[in-house]
Parts: sequence; C-alpha cells; structure tokens
Amino acid sequence: MSSELLIKNGRVIDPANGIDKECDVLILDEKIAEVGKIEKKAQTVIDATGKLVVPGLIDIHVHFREPGDEEEETIASGSSAAVAAGFTSVVCMPNTRPPIENETDIEYVHRKARQARKTHVYTMGAITKNREGVELAEMGFMAEAGAVGFTDDGNGVQDPAVMLRALKYAAMFDIVIAQHCQNNGFAGNGVMNAGYYSTILGLPGTDAMAEEMMLWRDIELVRKANVRYHAQHISTAGSVELLRAAKKDSLPITCEVTPHNLLLTEQCCAEYDTNYKVNPPLRTEKDIEALNQAVSEGLVDALVTDHAPHLQSEKELEFLAAPFGIASLECALGLYVKALLEPGILDWSGLIELMSARPAKIIGVDRGTLGKGKQGDVTIIDPDAEYKVDITRFRSKSRNCPYNGWKLKGQVEKTIVGGEIRFSADS
Amino acid sequence: MALKRKSKQLRWRRKHLLGLRELSAEEITHILDTAKGFAQISTRSVKKAPPLRGKVVVNLFFEDSTRTRNSFALAASRLSADVVEFTKKASSVTKGETLLDTAKNLEAMGIDIVVIRHSAAGAPRLLSRNINAGVINAGDGYCEHPTQGLLDVYTIRKIKGTLEGLKIAIVGDIAHSRVARSDMWAMSKLGAEVTFVGPPTLIPGEVDKLPVKVSYSLDEVIEKVDVINMLRIQFERLGGNPFPSVREYSHYFGLTVERMKRAKPDILVMHPGPINRGLEIESEVADGSNSVILEQVKNGLAVRMAVLFLVNQAAAQAD
Repeated sequence: MSSELLIKNGRVIDPANGIDKECDVLILDEKIAEVGKIEKKAQTVIDATGKLVVPGLIDIHVHFREPGDEEEETIASGSSAAVAAGFTSVVCMPNTRPPIENETDIEYVHRKARQARKTHVYTMGAITKNREGVELAEMGFMAEAGAVGFTDDGNGVQDPAVMLRALKYAAMFDIVIAQHCQNNGFAGNGVMNAGYYSTILGLPGTDAMAEEMMLWRDIELVRKANVRYHAQHISTAGSVELLRAAKKDSLPITCEVTPHNLLLTEQCCAEYDTNYKVNPPLRTEKDIEALNQAVSEGLVDALVTDHAPHLQSEKELEFLAAPFGIASLECALGLYVKALLEPGILDWSGLIELMSARPAKIIGVDRGTLGKGKQGDVTIIDPDAEYKVDITRFRSKSRNCPYNGWKLKGQVEKTIVGGEIRFSADS
Repeated sequence: MALKRKSKQLRWRRKHLLGLRELSAEEITHILDTAKGFAQISTRSVKKAPPLRGKVVVNLFFEDSTRTRNSFALAASRLSADVVEFTKKASSVTKGETLLDTAKNLEAMGIDIVVIRHSAAGAPRLLSRNINAGVINAGDGYCEHPTQGLLDVYTIRKIKGTLEGLKIAIVGDIAHSRVARSDMWAMSKLGAEVTFVGPPTLIPGEVDKLPVKVSYSLDEVIEKVDVINMLRIQFERLGGNPFPSVREYSHYFGLTVERMKRAKPDILVMHPGPINRGLEIESEVADGSNSVILEQVKNGLAVRMAVLFLVNQAAAQAD
C-alpha cells in the first residue's frame, strides 16, 4: 500500500542541502519524494503555514535504561518521549544492566524499538566487556548487528593501551568510538564541579582537568590511530581549547554538548538539589562562555541531551548518594532555543544542522536531511509557541528534570517518522 | 524571664538552623545573647526551665558522636522537652530505608524538632525541605557544624569580650572540617580575622574566595594570633595520604609546648574534640592554663539550649 503525505507552506530548513525557504515537502512511501512548490493532491495534507519543517531531529546520546532499569525508563517510554520532543532518531548508550556488549544485546534494543513503533532507536555498544576497560568487546559482530558506535559511556576507558587498541581495532569497521572523558583517579569521588561551591557546600569536587587530561590523551591516541573519535558531553573551557587545536590539525574528531552544560552552572547545586547532580558536572560561567564560543565557531558537531532518567526515590537521597543525571529529552529543543538561538549564537538553520545532519554523520546513518530519496523523517516546529515545562506531563517515566516550570519557546507540532505521523501536538 | 528582654533587637524567624553561612552577624549575636541567659540555669540547683515542655526533640544521629549528642540531649531535657534517641549508621547506598523515609516515620510519631548529624553534606537541608518539624544541623559531612561554630564564638566572646579585631588561627585538616567552615562564617561575620593553617593538601579549593587568610606555616602564625583552634585530623574522611606521616604532620602543625612559648601569653587554645593527644596538640598544652577546651564543652550546652529555644519559638509561630 502506498502512502502520500504532503506538508504545505512551511518554512523548510534543510541545512545539508542549503535550503531555507517557504515551500512544500512530499513524502511517498516512507521516502522524501520532493521539496519545492508542489501543486498535486495527496492522501494526507498538513498545513504548516508559519511553522518550521525540518529534518527529523536526532539525539545521539540518551539513556533508555533497558535492559535492567525498566522502572526508570524503557525503550517504549523513552521512544514516546523522543517523538513528542521531535526526535525521529536517538542513540541509546550501552550502560544498561547488563551492558549492551554483544550482537544479541544490539538486536534486543532494535526489537524493543520496533515494538514501540515511535522513533528510530539506535544503540552504541560497549568498547570493553562489562564496560570494565580491560578486554575489547565484540565490536565486529555488534557493528554487523547495527551498532552505530562504541563507548563505555559513564566510564571512560582509563588504560591508554586499551584505548589505543580499541581505536585501532575500530578502524576495520569505519565506526565511531565515543568517550566519556574523565580520568577516574583524578576525579576521585567528586559529585559536582571542584571550586568555590564544592568548598562551601562541603562536597567532593571533580576538577575540570579530570575531563581535559583524558581528552588530551585521546586526541594524541587518535593522532596515532587515525580513526573516528567522538568526545561526549564536553563541559570545560579547557576541552574547547583542546578540540580547537585538534580540529585545526584535521583529526577525525567530533564532539557534543548538552543543554545543562550550556544553561546551568555549579551554583545551581547550592541547595543540594540532586536534580542538578550530573556527570560531567555543571561548571562555571567561564566554561559556558567557552562552549558558546565553540558552538558559534562550528567546533561543536552535535547537540545532545544525555537524557538520564532516574527514579524520584533515588533523587530524593542525600546529594552524595543520589545518582548522576538529568532527564531533559522532552524539553530539549526549547532548551537549545534558549541557550543558543535567543542569544543569537546560532540561527534556526545552524541549530537544526547540529540536531540532524551533523549528528547523523557522526553515527554514519543516512538521515538528517530532506534530500530526495532520503528517509521520510520530518519534524514540524512552531518556532514562536511558548510553553511551560511540566514534568507531570512527561511521557518519560522519570521526573528528574531541573527545568520544571521554565518557559521555553519552540514547540514540536508534529513528528513524522518514515512518512508516518508518530506524534501530533493537537491529538 | 530574662530571655524575653534580650530579644528586643531582633525577632528570630528561622525554624531551622542549617548553617552559619546564611546567618547575619545580628542573628549570630542574638543566639549568643540568648545562650547567655540560659547559661545560668546550669548553675542552679534545679537545672531545668519549662519552655519546651510537651515538645519532642529527636536526636537523629547517623554518625558517631558522644559530645554533641549528649550535649543536645541534655540541653533539650533542661528545657523540659522529651528526647528520643535515634542512632543509625548512614547507608551511603540506595539500599535500605532512605533518610526521608526515616524522618517521615519519626514525624508521624509527632515530633517537633529534629537534631540531625549525617555524613552527607546537605542532609539537614534535604530534611528541612521535606518535613514540618524544625531541623537543627548537628554536623553534616564537611559542610557545617553550626552549634560548634556558635559555641566557639560564644567562648571567645565570653573571655575576650568581643571578636572584633581578633586574630584567630584554625589549624589542621581544613578541607574535611565542618568545624572550620562554621567557625569561619561565624568568626568573620563577627569581625575577627581568620587564618586557615595547614598543609596545602588539606586546604580546600578556591579558598581565596572565602573570608579567610591562608598560611602553611604554624610557626609564622603562632606569634600573631589571639586564639588558636586546633582541629582533629579526620582520618575517616581523608582520601589518599595528604601528608606523608603523622610524625611529619605533628612536626609542622602540632601545638607543642615549644611552640606555645612563642605565642601571646593570653592566647586561647581551643579544640572541638575529640583530642588526639600528642598528634595535633600536646597534652601539656591541652590541659594547660591557656586551654579553654572544657569551657567550650560547657558553653556548648547553653548555646544548644538557645538554639533549641529559638527554633522551637519560630516553629510555633510558623504553625
């Protein structure tokens, strides 16, 4: 059965093809058929006057907690949250219990995603067995099963010899190795940024250098191995410096930033509110400035949420005992509008590019554009609609979101995945 | 009662005492003045006053303590409150009953004030946001120990008359000390010049933004100060080995008879206890004529009575 979906009169932004104009988009049988002035009729017609019509958004860093912590999130609940937030593709991190570390695990994630039938769900596999940083996991089999990258996320590979081995081995598959940069020995038992606030709050801090020294090491390893490497959620001014130099040397390195590291500082921890406990930690104004500068220079390749759902009962613990993580998938776009669009650091086209085409390239999937014949993944956004973040209405199973009550602009109207409307704000 | 007249300058509104950082100099002074009124109760033959009659105070201690716990218990009972002792090892993991569950269970029994000690910084604040009872911090991790800070400034003020212009050294493991933090806030707010003294490995980060000076040399500082507060090495909180040996630490930072010879003759020697004799302080100094260590303990009782009294009053007004 063939299907036709015509989106009329929207402002179509397709950064990969340099398009930003008012026109129509036709999707035929799951694929983009045409972008331009389209006069013909279609089974389904959406009037997108005054709206943005963009490639389906992609978040390459989420935690859907399945298998192992289904009480916090499942692939089904996470997928529902994702489409409601305009994401047509997400990449799950492998730090589940047990971790995603073989082809069966990869297939399990894909099966759960198919059953949920919301967003495309990709997953990365672990670099090492049990994410212990010692022995390589079966990267080849995982890549064949559809893994879009490897990472021991949450637990950076500490041993440089193991990391170099992983990078070299990954070269066989042209697949990205992603790293949570943190030297664990140096970070110690830190629960927030090391600085004035950790001192007066009496909490152990994680120094910015814990991130930077591993990033520096990895950049040098990449120089040796010459394989694609992705620095996850960078958070410090020093990391920006390192990446600027690495990119100048044309190393195959990419990086991502999170909304919380763009919007919040260590000062937020002053009342011991565990919704601000996150790793890497919230840093300083100076770091935010550097990250903003990095975004405006084009050094940052992807905007991600690092959506990390946790139970309220876990987040109600003492700051020292509560788990790290912020659940922000459902307000991601509005947060980026606030962090990057409103201050004029990016325009819409720049913002969409970092949420579609460029992250797609990092994970090597043929998505993130509205080119003819590409996947019919489209997000329709009302750029001016203002809304209030209300955690009680989240589709995610978790509520550990410090943005509750924030007023944000940029509301997702419809999310179309493979030509099918999977989310509609008015239904 | 004498207390009523004292409170003319300020109306106490805090239902919780979580730390000294957020208190104004006036508020601190108000507590000290209130404590002065209570001090004389302990000198009477009947050591009891009625202001907390019918109230229930819970001593919720998740960390070992002898001095502070007993001091609070005695203070509460002198004010005629009923005291419930609740001692439990804090679970640092998510297993077991959470702090909030424990507190809510206690609250269901109808308590009025919780005195909490916990190894996790911020635990009293977490509690105060989630229960109706007044919360008094009896030490949280290495964040604050407000009643210790108060009894320290009370003791200094009682002997020296004022803190204005005094030079005070706090010596030892500053990084892991809640006493150092509470002392710093109270002493600096009351006009003293505070110097943290210790090895650089035990001085916390960005200390330059705090209202203190820093020195790595006790020998340089000892001659200049009016008060010296010797901290205990918190062996249970040290990570790694911030100094090579106890011997070497004592050599540089121990308060010895030898060092005391260069101190001002009327220097006050303080220690929050428990003392490691021969480590941070020699016995002769701890027991010597400049030592006010036991005076601190005595004053702690009056200060805690004042804090219980004020917190209870504010809680009653809030209801």
